[in-house]
This record gives sequence, structure tokens and C-alpha cells, in this order.
Amino acid sequence: MRWHDWKAEMTFSPRIGVYICHCGINIAAAVDVATVARYAATLPGVQVARDYTYMCSSPGQALIKNDITELGLNRIVVASCSPRMHEPTFRAVIAEAGLNAYCLEMANIREQCSWVHTGGIPATTKAMQLVAAAVAKAARLEELEIRQVPVIPAAVVIGGGMAGMQAGLDLAEAGFQVTIIERLGQLGGHAAQLSRTFPMLEPAADLVHTLLERVSSHPRIKVMMESEVLGLSGYVGNFQVQVRQAQGTEELTTEISAGTIIVATGFELFDPHQKPELGYAVYPQVITTLDFERLLQQDSGLPDVKSIVFVQCVGSRDQTVGNPYCSRICCMVSAKQARLARQQLPEAQVTVFYMDVRAFGKGFEEFYDGAREDGVIYRRGNPSEILRQGDKVVVRAEDTLLGEPVEIAADLVVLAVGMQPQTGSAALAGMLKLSRSADGFFMEAHPKLRPIDTNMAGVFLAGCCQGPKDITETIAQARAAAAAAMIPLMRASVQVDAVTSFIQEELCAGCGQCASVCGFGALTLHPLRGVMVLNPVLCQGCGACATACPSGAINVHQFTFDQTMAQVDVLADWQFAPLSPLNNSNG
Amino acid sequence: MALKTRLNPRILIYRLLTAGNGFDLEGRDELWDCTTCSTCSSRCPKQVKPMETIIALRGYFVEKGRVHPNMKTAFESTFRQGNPLTMPRDSRGAWADGLGLKPMAEGAEYLYYVGCTPSYDPRGQKVAQALVKLMQAAGVDFGILGNDESCCASEVKRLGEAGLFEAMAEDNQAIFKEFGVQKIITTSPHCYNTFKNDYPKDGFQAQHYTQVLAGRLQAGALKLTRPFEKTVTYHDPCYLGKHNGVFDEPRRVLGSVPGLNLVEMDRSREKSLCCEGGGGRMWLEGTNPGTRLAQLRVQEAIDTGAVILATACPFCLLTLDEAVKHLNAQDRLQVMDIAEIAAQAL
Repeated sequence: MRWHDWKAEMTFSPRIGVYICHCGINIAAAVDVATVARYAATLPGVQVARDYTYMCSSPGQALIKNDITELGLNRIVVASCSPRMHEPTFRAVIAEAGLNAYCLEMANIREQCSWVHTGGIPATTKAMQLVAAAVAKAARLEELEIRQVPVIPAAVVIGGGMAGMQAGLDLAEAGFQVTIIERLGQLGGHAAQLSRTFPMLEPAADLVHTLLERVSSHPRIKVMMESEVLGLSGYVGNFQVQVRQAQGTEELTTEISAGTIIVATGFELFDPHQKPELGYAVYPQVITTLDFERLLQQDSGLPDVKSIVFVQCVGSRDQTVGNPYCSRICCMVSAKQARLARQQLPEAQVTVFYMDVRAFGKGFEEFYDGAREDGVIYRRGNPSEILRQGDKVVVRAEDTLLGEPVEIAADLVVLAVGMQPQTGSAALAGMLKLSRSADGFFMEAHPKLRPIDTNMAGVFLAGCCQGPKDITETIAQARAAAAAAMIPLMRASVQVDAVTSFIQEELCAGCGQCASVCGFGALTLHPLRGVMVLNPVLCQGCGACATACPSGAINVHQFTFDQTMAQVDVLADWQFAPLSPLNNSNG
Repeated sequence: MALKTRLNPRILIYRLLTAGNGFDLEGRDELWDCTTCSTCSSRCPKQVKPMETIIALRGYFVEKGRVHPNMKTAFESTFRQGNPLTMPRDSRGAWADGLGLKPMAEGAEYLYYVGCTPSYDPRGQKVAQALVKLMQAAGVDFGILGNDESCCASEVKRLGEAGLFEAMAEDNQAIFKEFGVQKIITTSPHCYNTFKNDYPKDGFQAQHYTQVLAGRLQAGALKLTRPFEKTVTYHDPCYLGKHNGVFDEPRRVLGSVPGLNLVEMDRSREKSLCCEGGGGRMWLEGTNPGTRLAQLRVQEAIDTGAVILATACPFCLLTLDEAVKHLNAQDRLQVMDIAEIAAQAL
């Protein structure tokens, strides 16, 4: 510690400014903000307390900055909305005025007070309590250091389907080294098995090959075939991905360093064995939409049949098999296949049984109209069973528009099987510390604002591993994921939030209970010292370790025992004395 | 929806939803067509459970007392005699006369709960007697309640008589408690289902006899040695299969019979076609008596080349037997309970 810091420490006394926000009428209508400000001014260490219409506005911010300079404030309390709303704003404000950004404490008198209480004395009293607790904590706040960590200028893409190839290409084009890890012996994923795409009826092979050739020949892309991720360590900017690669009969384990990771592991088709009433694998006439794609690619074309029935929503929107969600592509896959069937076999009767037709994409509704114009018969109803009838099968359903049962004899029944999460996604989620939503697909950090991010900094999602998508959406999401993954790579360094745990080694027994509750792999046992050590880059500051530690050796910066107990003491020791002056002031 | 009835569960529920409290049940005789086979409930992708709605709507008729005379008779007989068959309570145990079976009062690991049809119906009694032989051979320690046994009330519940069901269930539980019953073996899938799923889940555990036999066969405690060299097809009873997922144990018992050739009908397991004996339909014809599913079923069995149609439910046994007679197919197909087949192989 340098001399002037030591001196500052010795002479430190809190000089606190308190700023009570009206939030228009959001707070001021329920809380007597002027009284709260007058009360705050009487609290220990408080040099100034003001109220203002909008503290987050430019004049509000200027008020705070001005006081810091003029009055030599060193700790700031803002009593306003939730810190989730404006903590970054006010941290930036005090940093601009020369304070450490962590010398700020917020009292939430909106969500936790004015919005949830009818106004009057109780609401104002509660606001006073919250402010008093925040002032007590502010007096004990420490300056924290925001650290920068260098970033490895490379990315790993897990999965070599359309999403993985596109994301890898964008990253490589931007100048970064990319490793694509593919489980199978070829790139292209499910798209490589398709005949033509909806709604333009382009050969799918053209799309796949366009990407595949660019990926294969790109100087900055390395493709590892027949490879699987075994584990992940490190953190954003400095990941180590353990990969097992099949080399003939041998297996090779390697480690790849990367700054960011894109997960593009795709989906799996629903297994129609789970719907025994449909007779898949019992009747040879019953096939899946993927089987039909293969028939479409035969040189001999489709078999010459008289009646084809398509069945929608097989394994989608079906709670009995645990897949309540819509797979989003099957309506258009069947429309495409039914249309191609009508074109190739003009004499054949082609029927589609559906629950609802979801033709939501660009050109989809027009394509669906086209299918009906081509003579495809759409019948609303979910077939209840398929039975044998001579050398045909009969599809039995209720036509729910007619309200009567129908039976259609078919030479071929095509089950539009839905999408499911990959079998291995639970294991991968464990390795990468990713969350999964109720449907089993990987979960994005926010459904609207962060649709390609995960809760792991530096790990992004692309394609159907996040949920069912068509090729258009897959490519869009892959490019979005690549753009997001590029941000840390291009900045070449990442900022690490200083609100992390810290360990008092002299109290730590190295029992490891903290590590067992840590969701981010941030705690490890030091091999020599026998105490736990924290990787502050991995730590997200959640505090689970601090509660798990039996000896109280772990604290979280900005939420230390000392700081938190000071807040609790204020609330616990609260005397109702201030009520009478409050009454008086209200007249 | 079924082909043979006007009953359309989807329209029924949609009308209920849109009509609010003004829903009129008058003239909806097709509500009595439902056999409670559970196919609608097990297949509905939105888990709407139409069967339960239908049973609840039947309750409306029952409350108003507007029910078929056959149902009134069955309800009254269940209430007074402990069986829906208008048979006297004090002859319930007569089927076991001379068999020297242990009364439950003497204490036993299992209660063999016989059920109404196997207690009184001559065809059903044969099944009970065959099953007793098998259980003795397998070393199952069981007792019976004799005249103290009373209807499980599964059928009155399905007919919408919830109040009578509650009363019967309470009485039965009191009897089970009095005799210290902890494990129950039933002849009928209907009794098994209601004990397992409708009775309060405390005190005792119910199994269908095919589950017990399959377990004993697997453990080697029961051995079937005498050949039964016939081609057999198995009809899954709704209350064993679709309702409770017991598909494999009956087949395992049949598979243990030496020489028996088991063939499957197209509609087997989850696709099994109902015999129309459930849901109180043993006493009600339904709105379309011209088409009987049991007759379709018998034809399906004949088409497999089987000479024996096996089942494991007293209601299926009776309805299928009647269908064989109706089709004059006695020389081509015989209906047998699995217990009867296995007992012949002892």
C-alpha cells in the first residue's frame, strides 16, 4: 500500500450524499419524498440529502456530480427504483465525478415501497427505513477494482450443421481462428438429408454445399470430425475445451483454447414408436417425413401410389409424450412434400390431417395456398389411429370441421415428426453450465433481449439446440450468435465485475462445500495451501458459496457480513420516534 | 370419436365450454354409450380427459333420478346385496364351498378379492376356481372374505353414482382394516383399477392376478409343465392395459405355458378394441346395439388363425363369449381366461 492510500485509509470518514427520486409521481404520489430527504440529512455521515423529480435525468445526474465535487462526497446513496434498472447509470455518474463506481448504494423505494403500498405515513416510514439502512451500508462500502482480462482471439463452434457452419464462417471471415467440433463424419446436419426446401423448392444440397465448401476451404477454420466435447474449463476470453476425437480405431483427446464458444448442436427427430396407435415400424406403409425426403431423392422418384396421407403434429403439441411445444417446421415440411407428391403423382389422392396450419413465415401462407390449389386435401383433425386393411392401411380421424368420423385408406402414411432436444444435451448442459428450458432445449439468457446469449458469459446459442427453427431462422440466429461472440474477441479484453466472492484463507478449512454449490466452477482447492481459491473471472457474485461456508470464510464484495448486518441492525433497531415529527410536518 | 356412436367427446366438451351454465343434457342418450375404455383420455394430446367429463355428466342424470331401469336395479342391488347382479349377499362365498380356502380372519399375506362376477356367474366362478389352484401351486398365502366381501363399486362410479361409490368404498376400507388387509389380488381389472386409483391411497396395495402370477413364474415359484398346444391370441382388457399400462405380465404368463403359440391381433396393447363391457355397459345396451364391438373383436381373433381368445377380465370373458355364440363360431374359437389356460398347464 502506497503512502497516500494508507493515509487516506487512516483518515477515512464517510461523507455521504443521499438523493431521493420522485420518479415523476411513481414514488412521490405514495411517499412524502421531502420528508424522507429531511430525515436522511440527520443520519450519521450524511453531508447532504436532496429530492428531485428524476434523478436519472441529466439535471438529476448533474446534481449528484456537482455535490461530489463541491462537498467532497465519497459515498452516494440513491433512493429510487430497483438497482436492476439504474445501478449501471448511477455507477457511471459517480465514476465520471471521480469516485470509485462501487461507492454507490441504492435504496429501492419504488418496486419495494411506493408501487406495492398505498401511500401515507406507512409508505413514507418504510422509505425512511430503507434509506437509513442504505446509508448504514454506504458508510462501510469499499472501493473495488474493475479488472481487464485478455481474450484468446479464437472461437470454438460445437456442431457442424447449418447453424455451426454459418456461425463459424462469420467468425473466420472477421479474422478469428475457428474450430468446428462435429460429432459425425460429415458436416451439414439434418439439412444434408433434405431434398428441397420450402417455400422456394430449392435443392437443399445446393444450400448445404455452398456453406460446406466455404467452410472446408477456409484458411482459418479447422473442422474436427467424429469429435465430442468432454469438458470445459476457463472463462470468457480464456476457455479450454476438452475434445475427444476418433482417429480410426484410436481416440485422441485434445484441448482447444478459445475466447468464445458457440453451441450449435441441433435437434433430434421425435421417435414415433412412442405413438403406438400410429403403427410406425409395424406397418411398412407408415413412414416419417425424413423417410419421405429420401424417397423424393431416389432416381426413380416417388413410388407409384394412389393415396398418401400426411399426419401433422406427431410428437409436437402433444402433452402425452411430454412435448407440449410446436415444432414450427412440420406444417411447411408436409405442405412441401404433399405438393411435390401431387406434382410427381398427379393421379394420387394426397390428404393432410392437421390440428392448425401454422404458415407464419415469409411466403409460407402463399405456399400453403399453392398446395391446396395443387389439389392437396387438408382435413382438420388429429388421426386417432392407423389400422391394417388388406395391403393398405386406413387412417381414422374425426374431421372436426364436419364433426364426423372419417377413414381414409392409404398406400403411404407420412408422419410429420417433430423436433426434440438432442439426447446428449443434458450432459452438454452440465459441462458448459447451461440452463435448459422446460422443453429440454438450451435456454437463452432472456427470451426477448438476449435470445442468443446464455447465462455463461462468452457462450452463445445458434440453431435448433435452442428450440425448433427452420433454415432461414437458423441462419439468422447463427449470424447473430457469431456477431455476439465477436464482441469480446474484437475488444481483445473483457471487463470483470468486481462484485465477487473473496476468501479469508485463515478461516478456510478447505472442506469444499462452497465448490459443491458453485454453479460456475469458480472455486477450487489449492493443492499446496489446502484452502479454497476463487477464480474472480468465473465468479458471478451470486453468494451461494458464502451461505454454504460453515466457517464464515467467504464474503461477497458489496454484500459483506459487516455491510449487510449494518443494514439489518438499522431495520431491527428502528424506533417509531420519527413518526411524530413526520406527522407534524404533514400538518 | 367412435364410428358406432353419436357420442363425440370433442363436441360435447366444446358445447360445455361455450354454453356456460345453460348446457342442456336432455336427449343426450349417447352419454350412456361410453364404455370408459380410456382411449380418448390416453390419446388426447392436450390431456383433456373426456372420459372423466362423461362420467361427471352421467352424475347429473343420476342426481335427478333419470336413469335406465336396469341401472336402478344395479344400484339398488349394489346397495342392498353388495353386488349389482341382484344376487343374495349370503351366497357370495358359495363358489368356494368345499375348496377349503382360508378365511381372511385367520390371517394371510394376501386377500384374494374375488369380485362380483367371479363370485356369482357360473362362467366367472370357473375362473376363480382356476386362479385358486394356480395360487396354491405358486405358494401364495391368501385368504378370502366369503360373504363378508362386497362390491368394489367401480361400475356404479362409472355410471355416475359417486355417492354410492363413496359409501361402498368406506365400508370396504373398514372391512379391509378389520381383517388387517395389506395386499390384495383381484380377478378383475376393474376391481384392481378402482382399488389402485379410486380408493384413498393408504393401508393396502392392489395387484391384478396376472401381475402376481408373472412374478411367481419369474421367481420360479410357479411352474407350468403340461403342454397346451394351441394357437392363442390375447385381448387386452381396457382396465388392465390402457388404464394401468399392464400389457406385458399377461403375455408373460401365456408365454410360460409350454406349447402355447401366442399370436397378436392388429389392435393389441394400447390399440386394443374395447369389448363394450365397461362403464356400466354390462347392464346398458347403448344407442346402437346393432353393431357390437365384441363381435368385431371375435372376428379379428379368428382372422389371426388363433383357436383360443384369451383375456384376463370377467366382463371381457362374458361379452366375447356371447359374441362367439352370436357368430356361431364356437367350433372355430373358444374364449378363455388366462387363469383357466395356466391352470390347465399345471
